[in-house]
Amino acid sequence: MGTPLPVVGKSEIKPTWCPGCGDFGVVAAVESALKRLQIPSHNVVIVSGIGCSSNLPHFLSSYGFHGIHGRVLPVAEGIRWANHSLTVIGTGGDGDGFGIGVGHFVHAMRRNVDLTYVTMDNQIYGLTTGQASPTSTMGQKTKSTPRGVIENPIDPIALALASGATYVSRGFSGDVKQLTDLVAGGIQHKGFALVDVFSPCVTYNKINTFDFFRQRVYKLESAGHDPSNIVTAWQRALEWGDKIPVGLFYKTEKPTYEDLEEVLAPGPLVLQPAGVKGKERLLDEFV
Amino acid sequence: MTEIAVRSGGQAGDGIASIGEAIARGYSRMGLHVFGFNAYQSVIRGGHVWYQARTGDARPYSQGDGADVLYALDKQTVDVHAASLRPGGTLVYDKEKFEVGDLPAGVTALSVPTLEIARKYTSQSILQNAAGLGAAAFLGGIPLDILHQVLADSFGRKAGDVVTWNLGASAAGYEFASKNARVHPHAPKKAGAPKLLMNGNQAIALGAAAAGCKFLAQYPMTPASSIMHWMAAHATEVGVVVKQAEDELGAINMAIGASFGGVRAMTATSGGGFALMVEALGMAGMTETPVVVVESQRSGPSTGLPTKTEQGDLNLMLGAGQSEFPRAILAPSNPAEAYRAMILAFQLAEDWQTPVLVAADLHLSESHMTVDRDEIDLNVDVPSLFTVDPNGHDYKRYQYTDSGVSPRALPGQPGLNFIAGSDEHDEKGHLVSDVRSGIPVWVAERQRMMDKRMKKLHGLAAHCEPPAFEGPHDADLTFVAWGSTVGAVRDAMPMLAARGKTTNLLRFPTVYPLDLTTVTQAFAKTHRTLLVEENFSGQFGRLLRAETGIHVTDRLLKYDGEPFYPYEIVSRAMEMMNRGG
Repeated sequence: MGTPLPVVGKSEIKPTWCPGCGDFGVVAAVESALKRLQIPSHNVVIVSGIGCSSNLPHFLSSYGFHGIHGRVLPVAEGIRWANHSLTVIGTGGDGDGFGIGVGHFVHAMRRNVDLTYVTMDNQIYGLTTGQASPTSTMGQKTKSTPRGVIENPIDPIALALASGATYVSRGFSGDVKQLTDLVAGGIQHKGFALVDVFSPCVTYNKINTFDFFRQRVYKLESAGHDPSNIVTAWQRALEWGDKIPVGLFYKTEKPTYEDLEEVLAPGPLVLQPAGVKGKERLLDEFV
Repeated sequence: MTEIAVRSGGQAGDGIASIGEAIARGYSRMGLHVFGFNAYQSVIRGGHVWYQARTGDARPYSQGDGADVLYALDKQTVDVHAASLRPGGTLVYDKEKFEVGDLPAGVTALSVPTLEIARKYTSQSILQNAAGLGAAAFLGGIPLDILHQVLADSFGRKAGDVVTWNLGASAAGYEFASKNARVHPHAPKKAGAPKLLMNGNQAIALGAAAAGCKFLAQYPMTPASSIMHWMAAHATEVGVVVKQAEDELGAINMAIGASFGGVRAMTATSGGGFALMVEALGMAGMTETPVVVVESQRSGPSTGLPTKTEQGDLNLMLGAGQSEFPRAILAPSNPAEAYRAMILAFQLAEDWQTPVLVAADLHLSESHMTVDRDEIDLNVDVPSLFTVDPNGHDYKRYQYTDSGVSPRALPGQPGLNFIAGSDEHDEKGHLVSDVRSGIPVWVAERQRMMDKRMKKLHGLAAHCEPPAFEGPHDADLTFVAWGSTVGAVRDAMPMLAARGKTTNLLRFPTVYPLDLTTVTQAFAKTHRTLLVEENFSGQFGRLLRAETGIHVTDRLLKYDGEPFYPYEIVSRAMEMMNRGG
């Protein structure tokens, strides 16, 4: 006794991302946020789906669940409901979260499940070598859209506001310091926290590069944005073009799904008794 | 078997299921074994629905072949069901509503003034049901005091007037029948303490709770939905979190997440929903996360016949998921077996850290059957899932072992942090799928890890319930059946015995995995065999042949959406045995 339990650090596995990938900044920010909050590593579960960014859990020393494409959130929700004393972080890419998994994204937010969802949004499918993603820009030429994308991109921030997320933020992997603050804020927030991260793909997206974002992003906190104001949050969410806001768009306190689920009131499900021994009254309705 | 079957029919929304269940419960309270068959359509109002409660001096395992009392709320019921009335039977109707024409020989028509009785209490015509029910109960031999207890209990906390009216109207119908008709000669007498009456889905939910299930995620789909309904209604009492998910993809992934998080978890669905769960089922196999999936089959393909039964998803259950991973498929045939199957399913899933499927079907899920109290043992020991010593060094979640089962840690346990990976992984859970793939040492590792997982199939096979004979040894004909189809076979065997034919049943409570030696030894004890399955191609027969080389060439297959009727099995068996050879 006496030795503090270890907090999350790097694992023995080195990231396999392309040199210069935006995801390096994200894993660094997640690690420093968890270190700052001093949450013991055994109480953290990082869940991911499939895609380059979904390899993230392997590179940190917490518990992890590296699942299938698009199902980060239902797995993360299940873990939370089994044991809501755990810190649960979902990670994945834009294809995973806003393409194949977008249905789960909307529902997890309306439930206000208390977890943090960090999306590494590079506006392209990287691991499958460069097809259009749900956040690819209109007109962008990719392997699957050689004549340009002809669909409007999903706006994760606006979708989150519309779906009832209670912590809505956007970071940039080129600014690990701000990103760390946003991730730490999301983890501390009681409810669903979205941290959508511009995390450029240096191999397959030659449009939305580090330079592209460096020239355009501005910080909401420096612009005097009040994150408790849903109306101005919407206005900022719709900004796109020469100036793109990053930071905390919106934050509000609401009961979480776990608060409202009566069965969880006595404590984490994992610690509750199981079975129906002695509950013979359950049979009365069948007489 | 001296038996009596009381059938009621009308339109959806008429309250047919309530009438039928009241009769069924009347019999179960008399201490009799009952089978309650609920036939309905995929409409909320209108259409044609019917319910049949069947009892007798032996335990009925199916809906049987005919009716002795028919309470028709509309003319269509007479048109559809009068031919099912056996000699000595009675049709209960109300001539104020419609007239009836010719009836089969030996069948009597009894017009009961149900509307007139109802009008004495209320302008709501639904009360006619109580009057008709009273008459049917009289003819079926259910004492009025028992019927009244059933009705009073079913209304529970509802307003006093409604209860009073129903008791009054049912008594009036009962009295009218007693003055104008005779109790059916097959009407049973009270036989002892009340039995429990439940449908398969209630037994499944109760069994899950008893097995220690703490989490159920589900998306509504007939005929699995009422598993969620029972569990949701009892959630706080049994301590189970019930989550209606956004879709079946969400449902199974939530269940797998909850299981990884440290609680016993399940999902339930029908074929269409199960098709959506297929990828995640493989994830449970690959990450070695226990999960129980109930697949209550209905007629397919595609949307098929949503309210009709089939055993057509066995191929899907066997093949669900890309590549290969160990799984078990249990196939209970009735509520008592379903209760025990759920307890076994959770045990197997946990012991072998892999998905376990429970193959139900609409006929099992939604038919009512009685069970004796001692068939439902609620006192199941549920051990803690925290089995790994937190002081263990160099913990490997996917450690190679003789059984293939590795020590399982749960998030929150210090010093055991690991990654569960849906990619191929090493003993620690780290990927061998990217920079390691194709490198000789990791090629070997992949093969070893696959072998480790598949090894668990042997363990599963050894711990599943083996095939079992029912009926006399050395029978001339052996029926081979699984799932709810077993019920009609059980009822057919005594009918064949009465015709001097000796038959028995080889029942498969586990359809997968099949242990070669056990199955071969069982078939060595048979002469002629008849496969009875509710699907087009004899899917279990094909599996049996693939796994054991045993080819059951005589097959009775059905895929019209209706469950097997005992007479269908009897006539096919008679034909076979009279043919000789």
